[in-house]
Amino acid sequence: MNEKTSAEKDPRFKIANKEALIGIGLVLFNFIWWFAFAYGLGGKDPSEYTYVFGLPAWFFYSCVAGVVVMAILVFFVVKYFFTDVSFDDEVDKDQ
Amino acid sequence: MNWDAAITLFGSVALIFFIGLTASRKEAVSKSFVQDYYLGSRSLGGFVLAMTMTATYGSASSFIGGPGVAYNEGLGWVLLSVTQVATGYFTLMILGKKFAIVTRKYKATTLIDFLKERYQSKLVVLLSAVSIVVFLFSAMAAQWIGGGRLIESLTGLSYTSALFIFVVTVLIYVTFGGFRAVTLTDAIQGSIMFIGTLVLLIAVIIAGGGISEIMADLQAENPNLITPFGSDGTLTAPYVSSYWILVGVGVVALPQIAVRAMSYKNTRSFHLALMIGTIVVGVIMLNMHLIGVFARPILPGIEVGDRVMPLVALEVLPPWLAGVVLAAPLAAIMSTVDSLLLIVSSTIVKDVYINYIKPEASRKKVQRMSMGITALLGILVFLMAVNPPDLIIWLNLFAIGGLEAAFIWPIVMGLYWEKGNKYGAIASMLVGIISYILFQSFYPEPFEMHAVVTSILLALLAYVGFSLSMKQEPLKH
Repeated sequence: MNEKTSAEKDPRFKIANKEALIGIGLVLFNFIWWFAFAYGLGGKDPSEYTYVFGLPAWFFYSCVAGVVVMAILVFFVVKYFFTDVSFDDEVDKDQ
Repeated sequence: MNWDAAITLFGSVALIFFIGLTASRKEAVSKSFVQDYYLGSRSLGGFVLAMTMTATYGSASSFIGGPGVAYNEGLGWVLLSVTQVATGYFTLMILGKKFAIVTRKYKATTLIDFLKERYQSKLVVLLSAVSIVVFLFSAMAAQWIGGGRLIESLTGLSYTSALFIFVVTVLIYVTFGGFRAVTLTDAIQGSIMFIGTLVLLIAVIIAGGGISEIMADLQAENPNLITPFGSDGTLTAPYVSSYWILVGVGVVALPQIAVRAMSYKNTRSFHLALMIGTIVVGVIMLNMHLIGVFARPILPGIEVGDRVMPLVALEVLPPWLAGVVLAAPLAAIMSTVDSLLLIVSSTIVKDVYINYIKPEASRKKVQRMSMGITALLGILVFLMAVNPPDLIIWLNLFAIGGLEAAFIWPIVMGLYWEKGNKYGAIASMLVGIISYILFQSFYPEPFEMHAVVTSILLALLAYVGFSLSMKQEPLKH
């Protein structure tokens, strides 16, 4: 049994690979959002900070809003771009 | 001794365990003891999967050590900690369906099973087993200490007796319950953590006179506390960013997380877990560390960072409620510990004993061995934890980085790169572990970043280099 090569032809792997790439995309976006707000707005002198809901603006956007944005983003990505596949070993035809 | 708090704390914990055990009894006997004890027969639903990931990862480092450091460093440490939100979605997406499909094909129940089938090499198995046992052992000690400290601060018992109570509870539970009981209680514990941190955060904000007030107090004490750079300005952007690797992306390689990514029932549970997990991890990490920062103006001058959480809870909440809320971090620690125990014990029993020593061992024998080893390990760690260092977070992060450096490429490249072979895997593990230990000991921040970043890069070079230059002989058929 030639596992490795037959495994690559498994149609489910194409889906899995696509979804892993989406994961990388999401984490890059997450990082840029986090970094840009934290060091873009937070790099100033604390006396010049502006505040949102009592928190320094850099912190609010980078951390609080960042978490909310990611939660929403993950929700939509999973809902619209992720595909159900079967885990049954023998027959794995995608209906 | 604070009786109200102690009673509700232990009451909540007992209740959680009771539910876990009863629920796991329901579906007790299935075909294979090993599949069931270590993997819960791959039957996790979405909610349970999300919560068990969260609870396993959200360990003493986030719940006791983390808020303690945030107390000293200010908002910069919260910024660092929210990098963990990535674990909520990234881990599952990367391992994702591929890992679930492949491990089912291989009939793998542990991370090492997967590596064994993928690379067909005894050396890979032994190297993995050794690194899991060594690194997770130190991670467990850190968790034990966190649990002991928490009970100590809350009840006023001596550290050793607190530790003893903690260890006995965990051991009884894990030894008899196995994976399914553990994941079920993880789900309850995850929910308590979620609600508990929320309650505590709100109480702390009220006690501090509102967020604006707290921020003003912090700024008056030391303006650095509200910048991203830490109390003395030493948290640089590259250093904090490197935590994206250490506690975010790299978590893919932790065996206790990876095993969960193969244990879910179907892709529907998987999708649900992604959505729930991201919210839950994000909210818990944010709340927990904010509590640490906000506690500073309320309770200034706490010396041992690990005691910030319990002390502030007792300060701002009525004692009985403090007990219930602190069941959250205690639960977190327990669920981390119990999964670590299971991983280490499965490594010894399944990956070494059954694979190489006695493949034909009877179900009964394996069962007795599994429980015995699990219990024995717990006792050993207890002995290590009796005389512990103060800030458990460093101990824990050391272990986490080591495992990541060892496993990240053998797992990820093993899944996605066909040309990867056993030479690559062995080289990558050796380079990762050795370089990590050397960096940590002699040059902890190469390029101003956490050592794990450089080690992981070196490990990648080793993996690719050796895989390409040394061809593996064709697999036996």
